[in-house]
Amino acid sequence: MDNSVNLNSDIVSIQNVSFSHGSRKIFDDISLTIQRGKITAVMGPSGTGKTTLLKLIGGQLTPDKGSIEVDKENVHQLKRADLYTLRKRMGMLFQSGALLTDINVYDNIALPLREHTRLSESMIRTLVLMKLHAVGLRGARDLMPNELSGGMARRVALARAIALDPMMIMYDEPFTGQDPISLGTLVKLIKELNNALKLTSIIVSHDVKETASIADYIYVLSGGKIIGQGTPEQIKNSDSEWVQQFMKGDADGPVHFHYPAIDYQNDLFET
Amino acid sequence: MINFFQNLGKVTLSGFSKLGRSTFFLLQVLSGISSVIPRPRLLIAQLYSVGVLSFLIITISGLFVGMVLGLQGFYILSDFGAEEALGVMVASSLVRELGPVVAALLFAGRAGSALTAEIGLMKATEQLSGMEMMAIDPIKRIISPRFLSGFLAMPLLAALFSSIGVIGGHIAGVEMLGVDEGSYWSQMQANLDFQDDIVNGIIKSIVFGFVVSWIALFEGYDAIPTSEGVSRATTRTVVNSAFAILALDFILTALMFGDI
Ligand SMILES: Nc1ncnc2c1ncn2[C@@H]1O[C@H](COP(=O)(O)OP(=O)(O)OP(=O)(O)O)[C@@H](O)[C@H]1O
Ligand SMILES: [Mg+2]
Repeated sequence: MDNSVNLNSDIVSIQNVSFSHGSRKIFDDISLTIQRGKITAVMGPSGTGKTTLLKLIGGQLTPDKGSIEVDKENVHQLKRADLYTLRKRMGMLFQSGALLTDINVYDNIALPLREHTRLSESMIRTLVLMKLHAVGLRGARDLMPNELSGGMARRVALARAIALDPMMIMYDEPFTGQDPISLGTLVKLIKELNNALKLTSIIVSHDVKETASIADYIYVLSGGKIIGQGTPEQIKNSDSEWVQQFMKGDADGPVHFHYPAIDYQNDLFET
Repeated sequence: MINFFQNLGKVTLSGFSKLGRSTFFLLQVLSGISSVIPRPRLLIAQLYSVGVLSFLIITISGLFVGMVLGLQGFYILSDFGAEEALGVMVASSLVRELGPVVAALLFAGRAGSALTAEIGLMKATEQLSGMEMMAIDPIKRIISPRFLSGFLAMPLLAALFSSIGVIGGHIAGVEMLGVDEGSYWSQMQANLDFQDDIVNGIIKSIVFGFVVSWIALFEGYDAIPTSEGVSRATTRTVVNSAFAILALDFILTALMFGDI
C-alpha cells in the first residue's frame, strides 16, 4: 500500500452533518476531520452523542443531512458489499465490549480472522495469542465472556478490534472500568499501537486526563455542536467557558449537568 | 371518532410495515443459507441446541397425548364393538394432526421463545452491531443457521411425537384396557396410507417449522433492544406462532383432505 501519498490527508471527513434520534436532535450541522496517523479524541458530557458519532462514521446510522467520508469513500453511498470491505479496515471497540457470549475469548478474537482470511488454524492461534498478550489477557483465553469483568471484557474487545490490523480504530470509552494499573497499560498500548502499526485512532471519552495525555487533537462536543477544538495544550488554555468547565469538571457553567427539566423546587412541591 | 380512525390507520400502517420488514428479513435469511452449507459446524451446533431444548418436552407430551387418545378412542370404538381399530385411529390422528400441530406448538413455546430471547439479547448487548462493524453479516452467521436448524428439526420432532404417541396409545389401549395387541398393530399398518397420512403430515410439519422459525427469529431481530422489548418480543413469538400454526393447519387440512 502506498501510504506516503496521503499520509497527511484526512482519513475521516465529516461535513455539515445533522442527525436526530426520533425528534431529539443529536447533531446540528457539525463538521470535523480526523487526520491520518494521529490520535484524535472526541470528548463531551454523557449523552451528547459520542457513540452516535462513531456509529455514523461506521455506517451503522445514516445522517439526516451532510456527508461522511472515510478514506475518500462516502460511507452512506457505498453498496453493502463495499461498506463491508471498508469496515474490515476499521476496528471498533464498543462501549459494552459486544463480545459474542456463546463462544470463549479465544474464539471471539479468532472470529474476524476466520471469517475474513484464509490463514491456517496455527497461524490464527499465533495471531490470537499475540493480540491477547498485548492486552495482558493471554491467560484468559479459555474464559467465556460472562466470566470476565467489565474492564477485562473491554480489553478482549480491543484485542478483537485489532485482530485484522485495521487502518483505523474507534475506541468508545476505552478507559471506563479500568483499574489504575490496566489504565496506565491501556493508555500506553493505544499510543504504541497507533505509532507502531501506523494506525489512526479515534478515542471517544470523558476521561479528561488520560485522553489529553495521548491525544494529538481534541474535539469537545456539547449540545449537538463542536464547542472547542485544538491540541491538548490549546484546549487546556482555551478561553471558552464551555471548554474550561468540561476540562475542570465544574457542575455549573454553560453546560448543564441536568437533563432539561422544570424547576427543581416546583417539581418537588407539585402535587 | 377521529381518534379511532387515526389509531386504525396507525395500526394498519405499522402492520404493513412489519409485514414488509419481515418479508425482507426472510429473503435475507434464505439467501444467507447458501453460506451455511459450507460450514456445517454452525448448523450442527444449532440443531443440537434446538433438539436438546425440545426433546424432553416432545417425548413426554407425545406419551401422554397418545395415552389419552388410547383411552378416549377405546370408549368410543368399544360402543361400536370396533376396538381393533384403535391402532389406526390413534396413529392417524397423530400423524395427520396432533403430531405436527402439537409438536409445533410445543416447539414454538420451548425453542421459538428461546431463539427470540437469544437474538433479542444479542441485539440489546450490541453483539449484532459488533459483528456488523467487523464486516460479518449477522444474518448469515447467526440467523440463517438457526433458521435452517429449526426448519430441519421440526419434521423430526413431529415424527418423534407421533411415534411416542403410538406407544402411549398402546400402553393405554392394549396394556391397560386389553385391546388385542395383534390387531392394534396390523390394523394400523393396513389402513395408514403413506401418501395421505404420512407425507401430508410431514409437509405440515415442514411448513410449521418454516413459519415458527421465521416468526421467532424475526421477532428477536426486530425487538426493541431493551429488557422490556425482548420480553415482549418473546411473548409475541409464542402468541403469533400459535395463531399461525392453527390457521395454517386448517388451510393445509382443507387442501389435503377436504374437497374444497
Ligand atoms: N436508539 C436510540 N433511540 C433514541 N435515542 C437514542 C438512541 N440511542 C441514543 N439515543 C439518545 O442519543 C443521545 C446520544 O447518545 P450516545 O449514546 O451517542 O451518547 P454518548 O455521548 O455516547 O454518551 P455516554 O458518554 O454516556 O456513552 C442520548 O441522549 C440518548 O438519549
Ligand atoms: Mg457512549
